[in-house]
Amino acid sequence: MVDLLVIALSTILISNFVLTRFLGICPFLGVSKKLETALGMGLAVTFVMTMASVITYGVQWLLDLYNLGFLRTITFILVIAVLVQFVEMIMKKFTPALYRALGIYLPLITTNCAVLGVAIINVEEHYNFIQSAVSGFSGGISFILAIVLFAGLRERLEFVPLPEAMKGFPIALVTAGLLSMAFLGFSNFNLLALFGL
Amino acid sequence: MNTVIASVMLLSLMGIVFGLGLAVAARKLAVETDPRVDEIEALLPGANCGACGYPGCRGLAEAIAGGSAPVNSCPVTTDCSAIAEVMGVEALACERRVAKVRCIGGKKEAKERFTYVGSKDCFAAHQLAGGPKACEYGCLGLGSCVEACPFSAITINENGLAVVDEEKCTGCGQCVTACPRDLLALLPAGDPVTVYCRNRDKGAAVRKICRVGCIGCGICVKECPTGAITMGNNLAVIDPEKCDQCGRCVAKCPVKVIRGGAAAPLPQASAGNE
Repeated sequence: MVDLLVIALSTILISNFVLTRFLGICPFLGVSKKLETALGMGLAVTFVMTMASVITYGVQWLLDLYNLGFLRTITFILVIAVLVQFVEMIMKKFTPALYRALGIYLPLITTNCAVLGVAIINVEEHYNFIQSAVSGFSGGISFILAIVLFAGLRERLEFVPLPEAMKGFPIALVTAGLLSMAFLGFSNFNLLALFGL
Repeated sequence: MNTVIASVMLLSLMGIVFGLGLAVAARKLAVETDPRVDEIEALLPGANCGACGYPGCRGLAEAIAGGSAPVNSCPVTTDCSAIAEVMGVEALACERRVAKVRCIGGKKEAKERFTYVGSKDCFAAHQLAGGPKACEYGCLGLGSCVEACPFSAITINENGLAVVDEEKCTGCGQCVTACPRDLLALLPAGDPVTVYCRNRDKGAAVRKICRVGCIGCGICVKECPTGAITMGNNLAVIDPEKCDQCGRCVAKCPVKVIRGGAAAPLPQASAGNE
């Protein structure tokens, strides 16, 4: 139980996918103009990441069985692409407003490296099935945390008087850098000591 | 060799499983969308101005495809025959509609009660004892509609009347809600026969304060061959559906408040543009 908590906390805070590992920057910058769409994007990514972790665990087991480890990347990408298609269908059916708001960024989850990243990290860390699922889910949560924090900051930045050259993306990138530096504060956090291990 | 066969088999297997899965999901989760919605949306201007009363062009396209809005609902689109074709109905008369100021009693024609020196806002002036103009229905000429117009199509001419430049007007209707006296209305572009007065006082009272105010005499009602004109609250009202632009009322109106048509083009509308 404790190992799962450690995986979750370290994925969310210490090695946050966006702010520490620098994965999934495209949607992080692209869909963070509004808090609402940022949260929707975060939830979609979380779903895809969790499902991808679960399914790629099975795929990796198959690959190991036949000694086909070199097929890892291509099969993982296939799994992720299928999942994104599936999420797109579900969204179109049940939340058309969110579907329209996310626009092009929804199919772009396919190429969101955070999703492929979590699948490959799971394999390299030799996580078991439960650990993979938790790692995928908390990876998604870490994405939500980063993008929602960032969207909140950007919404406030809209009302700040800025020099012309800093408006829009420049100030957004500076803010992202500062946010990432804030998360560096977690880097030496000893979780194992915290739980007395 | 074994590795090659195994990898090909594995990838094909995954492809088949995922392909079938997606095919089933697509069937189960299919969203029934009317293909006409996209076609109509492509034909609309796409400015999302909201003048039609629907949330954006997509909203109107959905309403037209759903049959709850007529094909000529977009006030900006000048030619709706393409939309009518998509819907498979006959094209309705979809003339371009522009805002018109229904008052021609400027400083020269209408009297003033007092000199107004307050803020340049029709609402403020209207609130102040009914406004400086003796006519409580006439154009105050302080430019609230000029402020409201997003296309700079309205100006105040030297006679103190708001004038719409029909070239620039898109028919968005912002000025219609901006006028405290409800003088602006969206009417067909060009110069159709129109009653350019909104005064609902009795004839004698109108004559005292304005040379071009409708006195409610009813001559136009009697003259009209198609029965398009009715008299309500001492004011002539033309039904544009019935009016055939013959111009008899224009010729007979004793105060020359009905103008338009080929017989008597409205002088102000053109004068303001030049």
